[in-house]
Amino acid sequence: MAKAAAKKTAAVTPSAERRPALAGQELSATGVKLAVLPPAERISLRAPEASVAALSKALGVTLPRKPKTSVAKAGRTALWLGPDEWLVLDQAAKDPLADCAKVTALHSAVGISNRNVAIAVTGPAAAATINAGCPQDLSLDAFPVGAASRTILGKVEIVLLRTAADAFRVECWRSFSDYVFTFLSEAARDAAA
Amino acid sequence: MIEAFRIPGAGRLKQAKTARFSFDGQAYAGVEGDTLASALLANGVHLVGRSFKYHRPRGFLSAGAEEPNALVQIERDAARKTPNVRATVQELYDGLTAQSQNRWPSLSFDVGAVNDIASPLFSAGFYYKTFMWPKSAWKNLYEPKIRAAAGLGVAPDQPDPDHYSARFAHCDVLVLGGGAAGIAAALAAAETGVRVMLADEQADFGGSLRFESGARIEGQDGFAWAQAAVAKLRAMDNVRVLSRTTAFGYYAQNFVGLVERIGDHLQKPGRDLPRERLWQVRAKRVVLATGAIERHMVFADNDRPGVMLASAARTYLNHYGVAVGKNVGVYTANDSAYAAAIDLKKAGVNVAAIVDLRDNPTGPVINEARALGMEVNFGRAVIRAGGKLRVSSMTVQPKNGGGERTIPVDAILMSAGWTPSVHLFSQSRGKVAFNDETKRFVPGTYAQDCISVGACNGTDGLMATIDEAYAAGTKAAKDVGAKAAKSTKPKIDASESWSRGMLGAAPGAGPGTTVKAFVDFQNDVTAKDIRQAVHEGMHSIEHVKRFTTNGMATDQGKTSNMHGLAIAAETLGKPIPQVGLTTFRAPYTPVTFGSIVGHARGELFDPTRKTAIQPWAEAHGAVFEDVGQWKRAWYFPKPGEDMHAAVDRECVTVRTTAGLFDASTLGKIEVVGPDAAKFMELLYTNPWEKLEPGRCRYGIMLREDGFIYDDGVVGRLAPDRFHVTTTTGGAPRVMNHMEDYFQTEFPHLNVWLTSITEQWAVIAVQGPKSREIIAPLVEGIDMSDEALPHMSVREGKICGVPTRLFRMSFTGERGFEVNVPADYGQAVWEALWAEGQKHGAGAYGTEAMHVLRAEKGYIIVGQDTDGTVTPNDAGLDWAVGKKKADFVGIRGMARPDLVAKGRKQLVGLKTKDPKVVLEEGAQIVGDPKQAIPMKMIGHVTSSYWSQNCGRSIALALVAGGRDRMGETLYVPMPDKVIEVEVTGMVFFDEKGERLNG
Amino acid sequence: MLLIRCPYCEEERPELEFRNAGEAHIARSANIAGESDDDFEKFFFIRSNPKGIIYERWRHMHGCARFFNAVRDTVTDKFIMTYKAGEPKPAKLPGASK
Repeated sequence: MAKAAAKKTAAVTPSAERRPALAGQELSATGVKLAVLPPAERISLRAPEASVAALSKALGVTLPRKPKTSVAKAGRTALWLGPDEWLVLDQAAKDPLADCAKVTALHSAVGISNRNVAIAVTGPAAAATINAGCPQDLSLDAFPVGAASRTILGKVEIVLLRTAADAFRVECWRSFSDYVFTFLSEAARDAAA
Repeated sequence: MIEAFRIPGAGRLKQAKTARFSFDGQAYAGVEGDTLASALLANGVHLVGRSFKYHRPRGFLSAGAEEPNALVQIERDAARKTPNVRATVQELYDGLTAQSQNRWPSLSFDVGAVNDIASPLFSAGFYYKTFMWPKSAWKNLYEPKIRAAAGLGVAPDQPDPDHYSARFAHCDVLVLGGGAAGIAAALAAAETGVRVMLADEQADFGGSLRFESGARIEGQDGFAWAQAAVAKLRAMDNVRVLSRTTAFGYYAQNFVGLVERIGDHLQKPGRDLPRERLWQVRAKRVVLATGAIERHMVFADNDRPGVMLASAARTYLNHYGVAVGKNVGVYTANDSAYAAAIDLKKAGVNVAAIVDLRDNPTGPVINEARALGMEVNFGRAVIRAGGKLRVSSMTVQPKNGGGERTIPVDAILMSAGWTPSVHLFSQSRGKVAFNDETKRFVPGTYAQDCISVGACNGTDGLMATIDEAYAAGTKAAKDVGAKAAKSTKPKIDASESWSRGMLGAAPGAGPGTTVKAFVDFQNDVTAKDIRQAVHEGMHSIEHVKRFTTNGMATDQGKTSNMHGLAIAAETLGKPIPQVGLTTFRAPYTPVTFGSIVGHARGELFDPTRKTAIQPWAEAHGAVFEDVGQWKRAWYFPKPGEDMHAAVDRECVTVRTTAGLFDASTLGKIEVVGPDAAKFMELLYTNPWEKLEPGRCRYGIMLREDGFIYDDGVVGRLAPDRFHVTTTTGGAPRVMNHMEDYFQTEFPHLNVWLTSITEQWAVIAVQGPKSREIIAPLVEGIDMSDEALPHMSVREGKICGVPTRLFRMSFTGERGFEVNVPADYGQAVWEALWAEGQKHGAGAYGTEAMHVLRAEKGYIIVGQDTDGTVTPNDAGLDWAVGKKKADFVGIRGMARPDLVAKGRKQLVGLKTKDPKVVLEEGAQIVGDPKQAIPMKMIGHVTSSYWSQNCGRSIALALVAGGRDRMGETLYVPMPDKVIEVEVTGMVFFDEKGERLNG
Repeated sequence: MLLIRCPYCEEERPELEFRNAGEAHIARSANIAGESDDDFEKFFFIRSNPKGIIYERWRHMHGCARFFNAVRDTVTDKFIMTYKAGEPKPAKLPGASK
């Protein structure tokens, strides 16, 4: 009985539907708009200094070495999160995990595409919205376009990336996305002040 | 309609619209722009409250935030009742409803006023002396009675329907206080282009320019200049101007808390508007321009309604156009009360007499008062105020004694001088210094990057204030790197003169007198109380404060501290600086709980974490339980089932066919790198080097002290890659623990950790039919027992999506844990569910999971262990690598006490009556007949009804438990003693045959 | 809320992003299994708890996630300096009065 079942493997392969958290949710308020972004490919990349060049080459984007910065190229963005840690995002559906797999230099690449949810916060009141719960200075001097940082929003951890003067990408873990979206929604109502 | 005391043509509210309001049920009219205080005064109402202790009638002392007396309750609706609102701060809106407090049955006839007659019983420290005995009476009798009698206002008993917002802000220069000094400093800084924030607690900027009729700046009235200057600041991109905003706390590194009041002054606050907004500001430089507070004169019955600060009377006249009386007296020890008298006289109010304690003062205001025909008396004191519900006279006497003269008045304007507001400076940990010449505490040593300017710095006069403030604003900007800008320093055309004043009790209220000369109005502290406190041995000012309550409660002694200190110093025979000030603490004025809570209420109180599969569980009627921040499906009741019936059915289903369980919340960490196995060897008790890729092992993690910290199944995906699972609740701390060792103890290892808890949804499929359910959906994995034995892991596809498929069991049945990317979790669950339906499988929740694992004696860390349990205690010695030279906890585990005989060990318990289910946490004793307190030898850690066993089962930590197999022990309960037998921990399928069944 | 300079992020960041992690410069023996009871007690249980200068570990938990060391005055609650994990105890403290 058990063996019979085992032999039947791969007979049927129904394709499962992807159901991202908060798919398509949006909110508009005076001066700010929130939008849950479509799924992206993501990896957590860890590597020593000596491997950075090889990994940059394989990924097609130069891994930034300066704290609180990011580098973007052709739909792929590498965010400096720590001295040996990057979050690599790919919005062009190209798997950075596969690119890293070819690199023999010492590193750790772990797929986290489904771990995070991204919310775009855009508009002149975007920074004020995020500052409702984020203690960092988000002025353009302190947090310029391209700046990226792991930080706090209210009671949860986020990764914050400034994509334009008045646009941010907020990344959080999947199960915190309800909280983050609700928090940002409430903050957005008050951000024009 | 013009109210009786509104003077046509006076003040700045001439064009304002009428606003109707009620106070204690009586309808009144005021105008927009009024405060509740100015509107009541315009109607001739002075009596607004009863004092805290003696229930004495009280009126308005001030026109601002320092008000100790005029506390009212504002009610918008049943849920919006705010007690202890200062009527001098509350802006009037049409429809405002206010009630007086601390009186019964009415304000003018208050039964509690008997306390005033009986006041000898209520002297300083009376709480400490009177309610001491018997001890038990405090809780049952005294405290409830005192609370009922003394309550200031009534808190609403409904949830606060308003919402509150919060904002972190950063700036270069934060200016606190928007009078002439603050505006000048903000202008100077703003013009250089740096980021400036300017905040003031009032609706309008201007500070003392509101009443200083003699100030002219840049060719206009001082107050008008302030409005123009603030409008200019508001228009600048680099400036944020906050009115109705109180800086309540000054914390480390120039971190300042401000509350902006947004809705309280509006008739109908917008639904989208928060009631208040909390600003947490980090400033590179802070300019303190917090001004000064006028002091009252300490003389007998100085609390009668109608006795008020001279500057307050002047504010009511010059800003609100309201006369505080028709025939006023003035009692002063400095010049500023003269200016009030002059303004009132010019507005047509009779000034009965000015009584000046000074012997021979000279100056322009004195000459002007005389020129206007006012009676001016030097070297005299007001020794008593007459009247009860309203002042009716003042009794004057030469200050060294002599004949008394009583002058009828309907208000007394008083001024003992000005106290610099050093509250925020002191909160910043700056040290104040006493200026002996001016008798003022002023900022001395600074602890942070801030500077005080103007009156709060002891700087007198508008000219000097503007010079100082403008220079400070310029310097603050320069300090943060700004380039010099063209100076636009405001030009002063005219200003008023300033002089000093006096501290302490005035003649007639000095040592040896027993009159009620109030120092602290809000707490009913008199000059005599302070002397008595010193005489009774309170020699530290902090003790005097606590003994007398001087300077406590909502006004925090804004008007009383200096007088109290001076009287204490005089009584002690010490100079003031040797006695010292009490500590200023945040908040400067009361702050609502709402503003501190901000967004963190309702669903934002704490994150609620949901798995990808939760929507399915909700749709299938699951009852959820909270596990940390997670919601987990607890059980899935069918119609008519209670929890026990549902759990029994779920447990039986798993062991007869199969069950599906959402295990997504399990912590998951990917450990990657060539030294991954070495790292695992160090972090877990088990050996890992020889674990083959594709196999799993149950791992135990200890802290360095040798106690169990976490456990979980670990799969080796590749030589350099482990998939580690942790307990749900332990996930964040286990990650932190591993990172700590990785970063700081073993940094030489080439390994990295990544949390993948949320990358993977986990569906446990457990039971004899589990393989039949999974297999049809799987691609690329041989599911046979030979290829995929118990405790192994494979990567492949399920339903077309990548999976990490674990063959493992937390039920003792043949089992699998299907990991799929979280976004696909629900769809894969649904596919497995559909397959399961063909076999009669069901879903089970966390309760059934707990029962099933307990039937097998599998422990839950944190339930069966409590941070003091070693692997040996838990019967898990087999999981400790005996040949290992090192792992975290190896040494702690070998401590003498941890290997001693008689330690509590995990065992099974069976109740003698199989139907009795023990209570978790119940204590276990060896002899139930011993005297109480009994010697407790252990406690129940897990206990359930097991439908599969047909009886109750339990796990327990029992001293020397493994040597007690078969022994009878006892669990004493309130109503009975339960007999139990000590057994092994496995209650079901002892041989473990079902893992491959 | 304090500002703490993270030696990895090379800037001051708000305290909310950090976690304290106890006293620093307490080395775990390479031969911990062979340690005497007294030595293990000193290593695991005994902390200096000074009034004044303390050397302690912090983690920039919600930032770069690195552990680092800090010198703080427990009287004033002021951070005197921070430095990376693994770096030796600073010989001289900037502006130290004691």
